[in-house]
Amino acid sequence: MKFLPDQVVARLQTEMQTPDLSGTRYRPLKFLAHGGMGTVWLVQDSILNRLVALKILAAENSSANLAARLMQEAVVLAGLEHPGIVPVHDAGTLPDGRTFYCMKYVEGQTLDQYVSQLALRQRLLLFQRIAEPLAFAHSRGIIHRDLKPTNIMVGAFGEVLIMDWGLAKVMGTTGLSSEGKEVSGHVMGAIGLSSIAKHASRHEFTRAVQDPLKSGALVPENTLATTAHGTILGTPGYMAPEQERGDVTLIDQRTDVFALGSILHYLSREQSGVPNQRASRPLQAICNKSMAWEMSARYPSVQELATNVGKYLDDMPVSAYRENIFERTARLVSRNRVAVVLVLAYLFMRLLFILFPRR
Amino acid sequence: MSNKIVLGLVLGGILGILDGLTAWFTPEVRKDMMSIVFSSMLKGLLAGVLIGVFARKVNSLTLGIVFGLSVGLLLAFLVARFAVHDHYFAIMLPGAMVGLIVGYATQKYGVSSQLQRA
Repeated sequence: MKFLPDQVVARLQTEMQTPDLSGTRYRPLKFLAHGGMGTVWLVQDSILNRLVALKILAAENSSANLAARLMQEAVVLAGLEHPGIVPVHDAGTLPDGRTFYCMKYVEGQTLDQYVSQLALRQRLLLFQRIAEPLAFAHSRGIIHRDLKPTNIMVGAFGEVLIMDWGLAKVMGTTGLSSEGKEVSGHVMGAIGLSSIAKHASRHEFTRAVQDPLKSGALVPENTLATTAHGTILGTPGYMAPEQERGDVTLIDQRTDVFALGSILHYLSREQSGVPNQRASRPLQAICNKSMAWEMSARYPSVQELATNVGKYLDDMPVSAYRENIFERTARLVSRNRVAVVLVLAYLFMRLLFILFPRR
Repeated sequence: MSNKIVLGLVLGGILGILDGLTAWFTPEVRKDMMSIVFSSMLKGLLAGVLIGVFARKVNSLTLGIVFGLSVGLLLAFLVARFAVHDHYFAIMLPGAMVGLIVGYATQKYGVSSQLQRA
């Protein structure tokens, strides 16, 4: 048997995946990314003459259920109008029958690429900006559930955008399974590329572990309209314990607080040129509190976490860490550095006058 | 946090008193301690009010420091000018330092009255 070269196979796969955009306002330009259920393409909007990104359901995943999920993701994203959340411009069905939605094309770097040359202070300021759109989404009852550095983009002008809301959970909606039964008797819903059935195989889960970027690959075609109890969604390392257990009934904004804490931990340790540098105790305490095993021990909201990071940046005491008298003094001196130097200079001058009086 | 004028007054007054008390270490003026401490405190209070008012009007750390330094130097010069003994350096340098510290502090820490009202 003769095998085709890898390059040829890759070319054929790309051709197969290339969406049929004939008769639409979009012209395909470049393949951007591959997810579990679909692909993202850079296209030209011929009417408005601008570049946009199209998220298109993969040909092999084009079941009605998954199409509905992608559409639901678009609807939820469209409802989240915030500078830190990618806006959706359009949604529909392509001539080849595949569902798509059109969103802003974000030029920039993922968080892990962007922060490699930043100092800790800049990283923490950036972290605070990551928390803003997330807090906004939480206020609208949306839990992201897949926060990680690769899902956060920093644009060309420093704007921060949270991407990939495919695993997002909508709070406060009653979820019904495809069989018409309420899922686990709780009020919740899952959207977009989000759900995998409780019967998702271990093999599929391992795929997500090996390639967290493609965690959407966990989504089998026969998934439910909501996330079933026992479902494991997310990216290892950034997943909260309740997510790892598949305990979807417990998932709320504190689940995102955990992921955000993991990102904070990542940002505070992986500094440029100083790998695995130990974070200061208050910052470590903030990370630990955010990533507490028990949900009740975490920050109740993203705002509170961001506020604590802000206090840390301002050399103020943080609620997660009880400092001793020496640390408190050091922090106060550090916070009022110039004033302390001025007073010391004054006292030193006075001492000189006393020790060396003019005759 | 107190308002900028009050902060300037308190800081200027305290530093002025401290300034005056150090005259104790100059034996030839020790007999005039009371008047020195009092006038030094007045000088500090005046400098504090002026610098505090400036800080309330102008929100700039650099300008605040420059203004504080200038006021401190000017007032200290006037005191030194009318002093019986020739102590320009011993009076003007601490005076300038006091002005600088009050200028910095009123810009950095005091709350402007507009903000307080808000």
